[in-house]
Amino acid sequence: MERDMTLSLRESMHVVSDPQNLDASVVEVFQTMLGVNCRRESAPPVKEPESVTAVVGFGGLLSGACVFTSGSGAAMKIAGHMTGMAFDEIDDTVKDGIGEICNMLAGAWKGKVPELAANCGLSVPAVITGSDYHLHVQAPEFQLLHAYSFEDTSFSVTIVCDGLQ
Amino acid sequence: MSELHTLIVDDSSVMRKIVERALRQAGLDSLVVHEAGSGVEGLEVLGTTQVQLILSDINMPSMDGLEFLRQLRAKNLAPGVPVVMITTESSEEHVKQAILAGAQGYIRKPFTADQVKERVLPLLNAA
Repeated sequence: MERDMTLSLRESMHVVSDPQNLDASVVEVFQTMLGVNCRRESAPPVKEPESVTAVVGFGGLLSGACVFTSGSGAAMKIAGHMTGMAFDEIDDTVKDGIGEICNMLAGAWKGKVPELAANCGLSVPAVITGSDYHLHVQAPEFQLLHAYSFEDTSFSVTIVCDGLQ
Repeated sequence: MSELHTLIVDDSSVMRKIVERALRQAGLDSLVVHEAGSGVEGLEVLGTTQVQLILSDINMPSMDGLEFLRQLRAKNLAPGVPVVMITTESSEEHVKQAILAGAQGYIRKPFTADQVKERVLPLLNAA
């Protein structure tokens, strides 16, 4: 049964890696939780001195991660929309909010494919803050790296798949 | 109007605030919120506090929401109190597991205040 499911998922790679699933997930999460409309951007966000990155891992039928990255200004704005509060620094509440956004993006994305929804779990979010760091991923099955914006805020979301069981 | 003591269990303080806001937007003006950052903390709160409603995340470190729910039922804490799971897990199987563990409702993240109202108010009216 497990082997059949794996073959089925590999055969459905075009569905699993469909970029529109990620776009739809971002639109859904930001519209529902922040009340803002996001649009896909062709250019990556301008790199800011300080950035915030959240990572939620996938485990099970698919292994990989969902990675959310934004500058510190964008992170504070996003957390502000979520909480109704104003932030002037990246405090624990901002990090918590960004972690939750990444969590919801990961859940929404994997929910787009029924086999993933049922057979792929999520880790708790990890949030990294700082400057001048880069994310390296080794030999992914596929990677989706999309940039988005709303109002004058931009961020990126990456789905990395490094294995199918 | 009598107070509605509600326990919100989620390892994210931001999500606990969002859930509280959604409940108030649903018209629960008499809400008194008790918060717990983990399943263990949730059980501790229930050991000393009577509540009329429980909302819990599923994916939490140490003790996940389903184990929290199982232990709550096994220890007969908050008997008859409706429990609604709020989670990013969306499959039918996860919903089934939550119901088998003793949940009366299930809300998928991301959620609107209207969705919280639709799931929670009927449970409170029936209780």
